[in-house]
Amino acid sequence: MENETCVPIRTDYDILLAREKGRGLALDLGLSSTESILVATAISELARNILRYARAGEIRMGLVHNGDRQGIALEARDQGPGIPDVERALQAGYSTSGGLGLGLPGVRRLMDEFEIDSRVGRGTVVKVKKWRR
Amino acid sequence: MPVPILKQGPYLIASVQSALTDADLLDLRNALVERVGKFRSRGVIVDVTALDVMDSFASRTLRDIAHMIKLRGAGTVIVGIQPEVAFAMVQLGLTLEGVPTALDLEEGLTFLDEGARGARQEKDSSGK
Repeated sequence: MENETCVPIRTDYDILLAREKGRGLALDLGLSSTESILVATAISELARNILRYARAGEIRMGLVHNGDRQGIALEARDQGPGIPDVERALQAGYSTSGGLGLGLPGVRRLMDEFEIDSRVGRGTVVKVKKWRR
Repeated sequence: MPVPILKQGPYLIASVQSALTDADLLDLRNALVERVGKFRSRGVIVDVTALDVMDSFASRTLRDIAHMIKLRGAGTVIVGIQPEVAFAMVQLGLTLEGVPTALDLEEGLTFLDEGARGARQEKDSSGK
């Protein structure tokens, strides 16, 4: 990742900071305003998951290349309880927090690439990318 | 930042001015539910024109506001969802089902006026 920035997530205000930063980065990269809003919305969901389940964590964001393609990468990292059943957490409508259960599956739909590594008792890392069209 | 709530005749208008934290959203919900009783309002408009991100929490809170206001006997309409925001909401699976929406403040007021007229007509016809 180039131009990497890291936003610590500890309060609900940090969610706003992170998505504002992400939107700025996406716009700088030349993503359309619609795509930038998709990125900002994904950041909001990722940051909220961190707060809700792990209470604290961070979101790293930066630029990535793949040949001619350029994109924005986000990495949400926490040392929370981890997700026991990742497959289930990726199904729409599944939530252990009384939410809408749209967090992770929603993020997957908003972005182009999605990877998750979660270990119970260790924490969760979600890596996503959005490529410039 | 708290959302200003204006009283306009029988309606309350909450105009969101900037991005809201989760706590701001819950404060807005509580303030509207309380004031609808205090001012005996017939309807509530929440203007989200200034919001550029509507995530699952914001969407759920707006839905809760609409349902709670309904239980208090008034109507709610959400106005001003921007095109990009609507796109992101659909991608995320947020449909605000069961919550009336309108293009802008003007349309929102018309919607509430029509609701009030409909309720009056119903009352008149049931009285006959």
